[in-house]
Amino acid sequence: MLRAMSLMAIFVFALIRPVTAADAVNPQADFKAFRDYFTKKFPNVPLNDFVNGPYSMDAGLRKQWLEIDQFPPYDFAIDRGKQMFAKPFKNGKTYGDCFPNKGIGIRQNYPYFDEKSGQVITLELALNQCREANGEAPYSYVKDEMASLTAYMAFTSRGKPFDIKIPNDPRALAAYEKGEEYFYTRRGQLNFSCASCHVQSAGEHIRTEMLAPALGILAAMPIYRSEWNGMGTISRRFVTCNSQVRGVPLPPQDELYRDVEYYLSYMSNGLPIAGPGTRP
Amino acid sequence: MRLRLLFSMTGLIWLVAATAATAASTNADFKAALNAAEAAENDAGALKNQWTTTEETLTAAKKAAAAGDFDTAVDDARQAEALAKASIAQAREQEIAWRAAVIH
Ligand code: HEC
Repeated sequence: MLRAMSLMAIFVFALIRPVTAADAVNPQADFKAFRDYFTKKFPNVPLNDFVNGPYSMDAGLRKQWLEIDQFPPYDFAIDRGKQMFAKPFKNGKTYGDCFPNKGIGIRQNYPYFDEKSGQVITLELALNQCREANGEAPYSYVKDEMASLTAYMAFTSRGKPFDIKIPNDPRALAAYEKGEEYFYTRRGQLNFSCASCHVQSAGEHIRTEMLAPALGILAAMPIYRSEWNGMGTISRRFVTCNSQVRGVPLPPQDELYRDVEYYLSYMSNGLPIAGPGTRP
Repeated sequence: MRLRLLFSMTGLIWLVAATAATAASTNADFKAALNAAEAAENDAGALKNQWTTTEETLTAAKKAAAAGDFDTAVDDARQAEALAKASIAQAREQEIAWRAAVIH
């Protein structure tokens, strides 16, 4: 039954709106419309509070969170990340040598568009590129070491506003638009887009979970989740969100995942980094 | 004369089709159905839009074939092909339709 319904649902959306010239990419206009949408939808949520995801939407959850946060379950990840950051590779270099300002207080600038490679570089990708450039094997993108490193880097950037730039380069605009397309494209047998859940249904419950609004949605990453019984990165979250709609996830750090991270981070410009975070 | 030939040929085709529908499926039938399903699923992969249900149904088809149950195997493979084709249709339709959902 579900099967037949989702098959049918696919075709219903085809006829809604014709494509027009007004669809030319315009990140600034998108940014304004996106922000207006959420601030109007949730007039009682202070702008900077959107970064707290489900906790910005629900007083009960928020109370639990403030209690948990007295002994944050992500603390071990920050400590571990800090140690890893300080420990030299076999060649004597460190992570800090791969990043501006030795990697401290820079998370808000990621992802960025790299004009040399013509690609979006996320923090997770940059960390593994750093490892490989120094003769070390890359880490899994989804948890453990990668979560610890990004937790520490986010922690050193707490409160700093997202500052994502789209350089005047057609490839950067194309990457932005691909990310936007990925965000709004329905997929999986259940025929949901990211936006179906994190725009249209933001603040609503899905089974036991409260859906985070797309505004500021990456600011608290990586997160400790009780459901995961551990830490997870942005890659892990994207993979999980794809599987939920019965879509085969892309490989972590696939170009499209990096593009959608670029798009969502740009939409959050000005909102403070709050990672690492904790989630139910 | 011609009409009669046509008539008997139609009868023959009907007979063959009816037999095929009731006869037990063979390994060859399964191979053909699997090839078609996998080709469609590869196309869905090129569009980065595979469904987990397609993958699960393909796995079930192979499992049934390995156990010698070619009727089930062929049914599952055809089901997987239908799912893969639906995911392709979804991707193609969304290439344009996503714009309608953008916040304006
Ligand atoms: C079926 C609904 C659904 C869809 C579709 C979906 N997600 Fe999610 N997403 C969730 C749920 C449930 C959670 C966990 C609760 C929460 O934090 O929102 C979540 C959490 C997240 C989070 C972490 C938010 C936080 O504050 O902890 C991010 C980031 C995210 N999703 C991104 C995406 C992206 C990108 C897509 C599209 C590829 C997507 N989601 C598609 C349901 C969905």
